[in-house]
Amino acid sequence: MTDELDVSEHLPTTEDPVLPPPLAALAEAFADATIEDSATGQHVIRVPAAHLVEFAQAARDGGFEMFVDLTAVDYYRQRPGPRFDVVIVLVSLRHNLRLRVLVGVDGDVPAAPSITGVYMGANFYEREVFDLFGIDFTGHPDLTRIMLPDDWEGHPLRKDHPVGSVPIQFRDTHKVQ
Amino acid sequence: MSEDVTIDEGTGVDESVSPPSASERRQLHDMWAAGTEEPAWVVDSTSEGAQLMLPRDQASPGEVAEEGGTLVTDDRLYDDEQYEEETTILNMGPQHPSTHGVLRLQLELEGEIVRRVKPVIGYLHTGMEKTGETLTFLQGPTNVTRMDYLAPFHNELCFSLATEALLGVDLPPRAVAIRVLMTELNRVSSHLMWVATQGMDLGAVSMMIYGIRERELLQAFFEKTTGLRMNHNYIRPGGVAADLPDGWEEDVAGIIEKTPKGLDDYHDLLTHNPIFLGRTQGVGVITPEECFAYGITGPPLRAAGVDWDLRKSQPYSGIEEYDFDVPLGENGDVYDRYLVRMEEMRQSLRIVAQVAESMPAGDYRTEDLKVTPPPRKRIDESMEALIHHFKIFTEGFKVPAGEHYQAIEGPRGELGHYVVSVGEAKPWRLHCRTPSFAAVQALPVLMADQLIADSVAIIASMDPVLGDVDR
Amino acid sequence: MADPPGFLTTTINGIANWARHQSSWGATFGLACCAIEMMQTGAAHNDLARFGMEVFRASPRQADLMIVAGRVSQKMAPVLRQVYDQMPEPKWVISMGACASTGGMFNNYALVQGVDQIVPVDVYVPGCPPGPQSLMHAILTLHEGIKSGEFVRV
Repeated sequence: MTDELDVSEHLPTTEDPVLPPPLAALAEAFADATIEDSATGQHVIRVPAAHLVEFAQAARDGGFEMFVDLTAVDYYRQRPGPRFDVVIVLVSLRHNLRLRVLVGVDGDVPAAPSITGVYMGANFYEREVFDLFGIDFTGHPDLTRIMLPDDWEGHPLRKDHPVGSVPIQFRDTHKVQ
Repeated sequence: MSEDVTIDEGTGVDESVSPPSASERRQLHDMWAAGTEEPAWVVDSTSEGAQLMLPRDQASPGEVAEEGGTLVTDDRLYDDEQYEEETTILNMGPQHPSTHGVLRLQLELEGEIVRRVKPVIGYLHTGMEKTGETLTFLQGPTNVTRMDYLAPFHNELCFSLATEALLGVDLPPRAVAIRVLMTELNRVSSHLMWVATQGMDLGAVSMMIYGIRERELLQAFFEKTTGLRMNHNYIRPGGVAADLPDGWEEDVAGIIEKTPKGLDDYHDLLTHNPIFLGRTQGVGVITPEECFAYGITGPPLRAAGVDWDLRKSQPYSGIEEYDFDVPLGENGDVYDRYLVRMEEMRQSLRIVAQVAESMPAGDYRTEDLKVTPPPRKRIDESMEALIHHFKIFTEGFKVPAGEHYQAIEGPRGELGHYVVSVGEAKPWRLHCRTPSFAAVQALPVLMADQLIADSVAIIASMDPVLGDVDR
Repeated sequence: MADPPGFLTTTINGIANWARHQSSWGATFGLACCAIEMMQTGAAHNDLARFGMEVFRASPRQADLMIVAGRVSQKMAPVLRQVYDQMPEPKWVISMGACASTGGMFNNYALVQGVDQIVPVDVYVPGCPPGPQSLMHAILTLHEGIKSGEFVRV
C-alpha cells in the first residue's frame, strides 16, 4: 500500500543531524535514551523506565516546563519487546518544542515509576492509565480507578479485553428458518 | 496518620508515610460512611469507594496537599490547627445544575470556605478510545466529534490532521480554508455557550437566553452546510465532506454583522456590572507555574499572562495566513478569563471575515482516490469508481504504520490526538488529550480557600465539557 | 390501580391529567450532547416555556418529568436510578437521543445500552442529537399521552 502513496518527499528524516539544543542536551545526558524515528518528523525519545523520573526532572530543568499528556499503548503481539509503551508528551514554551517520551513497560508485571513528583499534572493521567491498562505507577499518591466504577474488574483498553458490545437483536428475523 | 507530619513550603510531602492502597481506601471510606447518617442503600448504590475523599485524619498528607491545591505552591491562607473539628465533606453532583455536566466534586468545607476538593469523574465515560479502534479512519470523526460536543469541528480537525500526517496527503487550499472557517465559527459558538452558562451560573439567568440567541445563527449555518446542528462529521481525512452551500457568503456576512452586536450587549451587561465584578475579580486565581504543572492551556493560561496559542506558535491547517491577535490577561482570575474569551470571539470573527473574503476556488477534498471517495455521479459511470467507493466505505483505506501526536488550539485549550497505526484501516490506538481533563484536575488549586459560592463561578470559568473529560 | 368508575372520579382524573400535562417541570438530567440541544429547546428560539415547562428543576423532588439527555455510562446508572426514585409520583421519563434509547453508536463496555434497562421510559426520541423540533414533538406527544391518560401513573 505504501508504494502507492509516496510520502518520502513530505517527511523530514531523523538522519537530519540538527537536533534542537534542549533535546540534544537530554540525549547526551542520558546515554541509554534513544532518539526514535518518527514517521511524521516529530521529536520522540525512548527512555528506560529505571531512569524516567531523572529524565523527567532533567527535561523540566532543561526547558520543558509544561506537562501535556501521559497515556499508554498496548502493542499486544505486534512487536518483540515490552508489551506496553507509556507515552508522555512535554512542551517547551520557551524553545517552542514538543517532545514525546516513550517508556517500555513489560506485560507480565506492568509497572512504571510515577512522575507526579516532577509534573503534578500527571496524577489523573496515571490513574487513567492504571484504570484502563492496569499499569502500576510506583510512587503515585492515590492510584485508584478514575474512569470506571470502583468495583470494575478488568482493564478495557488492553487488546485482550473485548469491546464489550451487545449483540444486535433480531438480525436474522428476515431469514426463513 | 497525619498528626505529626508538617507540610513544608512548596511541594514538600512527607515521603515516610505511604498512602493507603485502593482496598484500604475502600475500607476506610465504608467505615466512615457507616458512621454517617446516610441510609446504607444510598451509600452503596452510588458510592465510588476508593475514588472518594477521605476525612482529613485518614487521608495521607500527599492526598491532603493535592486536594488542597498546594502541590505546586503552598499558598494556604489559613492556620492548619484551627479547623480540625469543624469541617464537613459535601458532595456536589454528579447531577447538579451548575457543574457543566456530570462532574462530581467532593468539597471539604469549613463553614462556607472550601478547604479541599476532590473531583470524581468517569460518569460520562463512553469508551471512545476503545470504540475508535473498531472504526476505520474515515469513520473516526463520527466518534471523536462527540467528545467535546461544544466544539465538534475541532475534534474532527485534530483527528483528520493526525490521519493526514500519517498518510502524507496534501489538501487543496479550498479544503484548508473551509476547515479554518468552520473551526473559527465553532470557536465563537463554543464561547457563546460558555458565556451563556457562566452568566447563568452566576445568577444572570437571562444570559443563557442571550448567548443561545446568537448561537442559533451559527447553528443554522452549520446545519445548512453540514446537515446537522451538532456532531457534524464534516471534517474528514482528505478534506471536508461537502462543499459550502450556495449563498454561504450572505450567511457568513450576516453572522459577522449580528454577532458583534450581541457581544456588545453582553459587554454592556456584564463587564462593568458591580455584581459580576464582585463575583469574578480575584476569584479562582491560577498562576502560570500552576498552569504548566497541570497542563492547563487555552484561555486560562492566556488569562494568567502567558502568551501561548498553538495557532501562533505551532500553526496548523493554514491558520498562519490570517491576521489575528491573541488576547492576554494579567491576573489569572475568573474575570480575566471572561475578558480573554470575549475578545477571542471578536478575533475569531476577524479570521472568519478574512476567510470569507479570500476563499479560494477549487476542490473541497483531496484528489487522491485511495483516500477520498469518488463523487456519487461517477459511481454510475465507472467501475473503478464503484470499487473505490466500496473499498473505502467497507474496508477503509490503509494508513501507513507510524504514530503521530497532533495538537490544535481548541476553544478550551490544547486538544491533541495521538494516533498509532500499524498499517491497517483502523487505528491501533487512538488517544485524545483533552483540555478539560487537565482543567478538572486543577480544580483544587482554583477552588481551595474560597467560598463555596465561588466554586460555581470557577467551574464555569474553566469551561470543562464532561464529554471531553471522560471520553 | 383500579379507579372505581363514576362520574366524579373520572372528571377529577381528567382535571388532574389536564393540570399535569399543562405544567410538567423537568428535572435537569442533561448528560452529554443531547443536553445542549435540550438547553437550546428551552431557550428563546424554541421556547419550551410556552408549553408549560417553565423551568427545569435541579432537585428531583420538585420535578415530574425526567428527560434523560445523553449517554448513560455504567458509573452513572445507579445515580440515574437514584434520581428517578427521588422523584415523586406521577413522573414520566423521556429518553432523548440514540444513546439514551439504545446505546447509540457506542455499543461497548462503558455504556448502558438504553436507559429502559434502568428506568421505565414513556417516549423515545431518536436522533444524534435530536433537534429541538424532535424534542418538542416528543414532549408534546408525552403531554397528549398524559392528558388522555395513556401514560398512566398513579
